[in-house]
Parts: sequence; C-alpha cells; structure tokens
Amino acid sequence: MAGYRTPLGRARGLGSAKHGVGHFIGQRVSAVALIFLMLWAVWSALVLAGGSYATALLWLHYPVNAALLALTAVAAFYHMQLGMRVIVEDYIHRPATKAVLLIVNLFVCYGGAALTIVCLLKVALSGGAS
Amino acid sequence: MTRSMAEASPSARTRPLSPFLIWRWHVTMAASILHRATGVALYGGALILVGWALALASGPGGYVGYMSLLASIPGRIVLFGVTVSVFFHMANGIRHLFWDAGKGFTLRTADRTAWIALTLGLVAAIAVWAMPLMFGGY
Repeated sequence: MAGYRTPLGRARGLGSAKHGVGHFIGQRVSAVALIFLMLWAVWSALVLAGGSYATALLWLHYPVNAALLALTAVAAFYHMQLGMRVIVEDYIHRPATKAVLLIVNLFVCYGGAALTIVCLLKVALSGGAS
Repeated sequence: MTRSMAEASPSARTRPLSPFLIWRWHVTMAASILHRATGVALYGGALILVGWALALASGPGGYVGYMSLLASIPGRIVLFGVTVSVFFHMANGIRHLFWDAGKGFTLRTADRTAWIALTLGLVAAIAVWAMPLMFGGY
C-alpha cells in the first residue's frame, strides 16, 4: 500500500513532534535550580547524618528547610524523569517495551515526588512544637 | 608520508572515520559516559531520599532503623557513590550549560574541563565525607 504513496506523502508525519524545545529548556532550568538545591541538600544531609530523630523533626519544623526540601524533590524528580526518558528513547527500540518503560519512569518520578512531599509535610506540619 | 604528499594523491589521503570506529579511550568520552551513568545512579539516590522521608514520617523506630541501614558499611559505600555522583554530575552539568551557551568547545578546553569535572567530583565527595571527621562533631 505504501508503494502507491507519493514521496511527499510518505515523508509527511515523520518529522519531529514539535515538543523537543520544552524538554530541552525544562532540563536546563531544573539543572540550574538543582545546582543550588543540591549544594544545600548535601549540607543538610551532613547535619542530619550526625543527628537523631529529634534533630530531624526540629530541622523539618523550620519552614525554610521544609520548603527547600519540597523544591529539591520537585526539581530532582522532574530532571530525573526527563533524563531517564532520553536514556530509554536512546536504547530501547521496541515500541511496546519503550512505552512501558516510559510510563514506569513517569510513575516512579511522580510517585517519588508525591511520597516525599506528603511525608515531609506530615512531619513539618504535625505538632508544631519545638 | 608528509601532509603535502598525502594531499597530492587523493587515493592515499586518510579518510575521516566514523565516530563509532574510533576506539581510543578519551577523557571527554569518559566524562560523557559517566554523566549518564551518574545520572542513573542519582535516580537510585533519589529513591533513597523517598525512603528517608517515609521512614521519618513512620516515627522514631522506623527512622532509627533506616538511618542505621544507611550508616552500615554497604550503606556508606552506596552513599559515598551517590555523593561522588552528585558532584561529578553537577560539575559536568555546568560544563554542559556552558556548551549550551556556545562556549568551551575547543579540544583543549573540553579536555581540561572534563578532567576538572572528574577531579572535582571525587575531591568534593571526599571533602564532604571528611567534614564530620575534621570537626569531630558527629
């Protein structure tokens, strides 16, 4: 059937999906945000690594810490989702496998971000003592 | 074997090779591969963060259990790997941002910045892990 189509007809619809620029810009903007957020996160991890459960509760009761942790989770999972998507698209060529992996990637990233934020809000907003 | 001789006879001229046929290991290639590899490692690192948030929300018992798992020898090895990945991926990512701005493409600069990113990743991770030891607190 394809043999009856004109060269123009065959080429049509095989171009880009016109969504590439959004991916490119999103990847870079989240990268810039993560430079600052990850430096803060490494510093915070050092503080928390030496502390107890009480230290972690006190730490998360500071709104700045809770907000920065939420932002780190959003930026990191967004950046990760874009990066892993490119890896899957580069190496997996079977359409069904590719689609499944891309969906799993989305679920893991959205799920991870949601779990992290809900958990930290639960702790940050509970009690309010300290 | 001189250049002028090679140019004089087109048949003897060395043809450009496909990048897939260039087998020589090069620092820019290593940095590129490691950027992707550390990106995947950080995917795992982010899942460790999710575990930490879940443990914290579950209460003191779960939190102490999770933290002692991270503080075990295998836990420390994994976390050190994550730390190296954070700093290398960050340094090499900044290198990518300069490339996006059209800067740093000469061979000399690309080689040098690749080495800087690799060194920085390792040195910064070691510095972070040495910090509690230096200040004695933890």
